[in-house]
Amino acid sequence: MAQATRIQITDVSKIYQTETKTVEAVKNFTESVKDGEFVCVVGASGCGKTTLLWCLSGLHPATSGTVHIDGELLTKPLPDRIGMVFQDSNLLPWRTLIENIELPFQIKKKAVNRKLVDELLDVAGLKGFENSYPGELSGGMKQRGSIVRALAQDPEVLLMDEPFGALDAFTREEMNLFLLKVWERTRKTIVFVTHSISEAIFLADRVWVMSPRPGRLSRIVDVDFPRPRDIDLQFEPKFIEILKSIREDVEGSKSGKGQ
Amino acid sequence: MATDNLADKIPDFNSATVNQGGNGPVDVSAIAGIRRAKGLKEIASVIALAIVVVTLLEFILIWTHTEAYVFPKPTAIIRSLFTDFPTLYWKPLTQTVQTFFLGLIIGSTIGLSLAVLVTLKPGLDIFISPYIIILVTTPMVALIPFLMLKFGFGMTPRVIAISLATGPMVMINSATGFRRTNAELIALGKSYGATEFQLFRKIRFPFALPMIIVGFMVGSIFGLLTAVGAEMVGGGMGLGNRLIYFSSLVQMSQFGAVLVIVATFGVGIYSFFTFINRKWASWDA
Repeated sequence: MAQATRIQITDVSKIYQTETKTVEAVKNFTESVKDGEFVCVVGASGCGKTTLLWCLSGLHPATSGTVHIDGELLTKPLPDRIGMVFQDSNLLPWRTLIENIELPFQIKKKAVNRKLVDELLDVAGLKGFENSYPGELSGGMKQRGSIVRALAQDPEVLLMDEPFGALDAFTREEMNLFLLKVWERTRKTIVFVTHSISEAIFLADRVWVMSPRPGRLSRIVDVDFPRPRDIDLQFEPKFIEILKSIREDVEGSKSGKGQ
Repeated sequence: MATDNLADKIPDFNSATVNQGGNGPVDVSAIAGIRRAKGLKEIASVIALAIVVVTLLEFILIWTHTEAYVFPKPTAIIRSLFTDFPTLYWKPLTQTVQTFFLGLIIGSTIGLSLAVLVTLKPGLDIFISPYIIILVTTPMVALIPFLMLKFGFGMTPRVIAISLATGPMVMINSATGFRRTNAELIALGKSYGATEFQLFRKIRFPFALPMIIVGFMVGSIFGLLTAVGAEMVGGGMGLGNRLIYFSSLVQMSQFGAVLVIVATFGVGIYSFFTFINRKWASWDA
């Protein structure tokens, strides 16, 4: 299923300048993501994985280096081609779920794609909750709503920034299954940032392991478990083996830097 | 398939109630229902207590043979309110209301515009905020003698003072509301290609609305204070002027009646904005 390169990251560095110090959040990052590929980025906190994702979104441009989407140099957000999902569901509390899903359409001054929205709401198990306010929904439902909002724009690339980080373990498992189900249907290109190594292995085709200070790509792990994947996958010896080896990497990179 | 079991409705709803602690809209209709039921009971007991207090006051004043020029009886105030309203109070009330609303409209328009300006051009606020702080902390009544020298004894000096009292309050609160808008929400809007104006209209403004309403409420109360205070300083118009007039003639029941009208005005402002807040910003409960 190897296809054309969707995202090309070339020598990307991102330096944050605060009043007192300079932080090299990402340093000399070069990699690519193929069309329809599911890539997870893991690493200790502060390793620059979220910064990398924001560089890919066009919201925070890289200090040096380039990002190309379908061969086109990224200089600003591409609302029709890139969808973002944040750690917080970011549903506007004064709008109902459906009004939240309609927001991007309103911003783009486009007609709402009712058919796609309906289909996505159905897959997300949110049918019947269209007119609920976010405060009336559970954490999992809100996050599914925010994924529906992003997918309703039918982007080619979905960037996800620890979207399930704030959810409890059981909800998280369900969200992982939901995301795989949606992904297997739509085959979007996904870059998914997480601090959970098992989540990364469960979801991804490839896992990028990053090490902190400065944030670099330290290792790439191919995960070739067959799909569709079942939640029991995480108890298989091979899964645990990969988990252990990535874990050692992440731990090692932390202690190596004198934390 | 296991993936079909996504509608985790019952456990999800339990966690939802836990999540409701912070901000975000809880079931609006339910809360409104509870409040109203509670409110009716509370309103009844509050009114009952008020009647008891006023009656008690009346009897104490009778028993102690207190003269009207020392402390007017509640019944005398109420009688004056009803009998003298068209002749003594209506005209000054309209004068106060007029200057108050004119000042509020001018002040809040300028205040809100400045808040938008400093939000869109963040560098500007270091230049504007010193003046805003001076205006907020200085009682605008103090400007009245000066303004009267400049603009005469008509409405103008008082409208200016009221604008200066309300505007900065509206501005400070609105600007804070705009600025507090969650950075991730702004990023979300930008990721969908929102223009600065769209970000304002769709995200910043609704997010700041509860704070803006509070700004209007506090600003209005400051405005009323300034309006009545300014009328007491000079100019021969409005409720403030009547307070001076009746107290100088020692017509204390009329004085009390004007005081009741001013207080009702203030409570009216408070109730109006509380109502607006519940209507438009209930998600921030």
